[in-house]
Amino acid sequence: MSTIVAKSSFWRERFPVDAVVHFFARKTVPLHRHTIWYYLGGMTLFFFLIQVGTGVLLLLYYRPTAEAAFESVQFIMTKVQFGWLIRSLHSWSANLMVAAAMIHMFSVFFLKAYRKPREITWVSGVLLFFLALAFGFTGYLLPWNTLAYFATRVGTEIVSVVPVIGHELLLFLRGGEDVTGATLTRLFGFHVAVLPMLTTTLLVLHLLLVQVQGMSVPPGEEARAVQRKPMPFFPYFLMRDLVGWLVALGMLAALAALFPWELGEKADPFAPAPPGIKPEWYFLFMFQTLKYVPAKILFLDGEVLGILAFGLVGVFWLLVPFLDRHPEAGGRTRWFTVFGWLALAFIVVMSLLAYVVPQTF
Amino acid sequence: MSDFFSRLSRRSFLDYLLGGGLAALAGAVLFPVLKYIMPPAIPQAVQNDVVAGKVGELAPNSGKVFRFGNKPGLLVRTPAGDYRAFSAVCTHLQCTVQYRDDFKHIWCACHNGHFDLTGRNIAGPPPRPLEEYRVEIRGEDVFAIRQS
Repeated sequence: MSTIVAKSSFWRERFPVDAVVHFFARKTVPLHRHTIWYYLGGMTLFFFLIQVGTGVLLLLYYRPTAEAAFESVQFIMTKVQFGWLIRSLHSWSANLMVAAAMIHMFSVFFLKAYRKPREITWVSGVLLFFLALAFGFTGYLLPWNTLAYFATRVGTEIVSVVPVIGHELLLFLRGGEDVTGATLTRLFGFHVAVLPMLTTTLLVLHLLLVQVQGMSVPPGEEARAVQRKPMPFFPYFLMRDLVGWLVALGMLAALAALFPWELGEKADPFAPAPPGIKPEWYFLFMFQTLKYVPAKILFLDGEVLGILAFGLVGVFWLLVPFLDRHPEAGGRTRWFTVFGWLALAFIVVMSLLAYVVPQTF
Repeated sequence: MSDFFSRLSRRSFLDYLLGGGLAALAGAVLFPVLKYIMPPAIPQAVQNDVVAGKVGELAPNSGKVFRFGNKPGLLVRTPAGDYRAFSAVCTHLQCTVQYRDDFKHIWCACHNGHFDLTGRNIAGPPPRPLEEYRVEIRGEDVFAIRQS
């Protein structure tokens, strides 16, 4: 890997180029029947980079106030050249990023790549996933349309069930008692400043840890991975990664061009919630569950219990590497695999129900 | 007391002083930041009655959303022809409810909550009834009045 950069004495004198080149020259990817899952993290990163690029472009025309937000998005989509494409790419790529991150996360979970010494990699990854959902939630309101308005009312109301500080959290998110222009400006600030800052920091940590620790070989595959010679990352695996990114770009471009993201109606705080209202697909399972939870369980409000249960599962998910102490074959760890499948089945079934069951009954 | 001072070395005394100073500094920085983040309460003129609609505007078995201060309200004309008024804010997760002429009662689209014509939560996840307003007809106007 004696590239131009490495040969240039200018950079050698100013940066430890040789060490970096040496590191990547020796980086390998283990080969076994689960190698395919190694592509998903890079795929998520690819969609994230698309989000950064298209997001910066949208910032050039977007105006974050209740009076002008909807109109400015309309302007982007109808007057700005290729504005419809940029916005459509941003919306589609957001969805594909969450999907890729979800597949990445579940594959890491089932292949038990979180086990020692990769606990922090898992924790940073789950936090990054939560940040991706936060990006989705905050970005959803920005066009200031009817669906976004009610989604934000419901979503911010949900935090108010947090014990003790719930109401303060609600005020913090909404910038007041109600969802107003203040909420829009606030969520805009989170979406373009706070969340990117947190994400960048965690992403650097996450990627650094992956580089330092190398790829995890799933339990039961070690023998096979030792038998087969690992693939050098540079250039072979990188080339395959790039093919994946190219396919992803093609898919994204096709979706964005064939199914441009709709804008809907401008939000009216004094209109009833429209029938058939639903959140984005990655929140659907929680939404559907909240419909089934009865109004009262014993003396407590059902929705409070439902939301707190989701919160507890989230914390459990974050702490998985510390709870699953013996992830090698057998033992306690089988329960974690079972839990993973149950969680996945729950998410899939609830999401499907949200599509299949009629909205009024 | 003297025991305490005799055990306290010059080094640890300075450490306490430094640590305490840093903690105070952090507090002095964080307190205004936290206070800044929490939005100021905006005083609302307390409004106890509002014109919800005009007589004759609503046919029996229909409803409309009206503004009650900065919150939506729902004026319903029952199939029998009398007027009812409620807060239109669903008691579940604060979506805005509507009157459904096919159900002949009030419905929330967000999580499929149902309320009867007295505002009582009869199906779905809402935990409490809707707040009901008193209705008065004065001339052409239908007033909704908050019951204290």
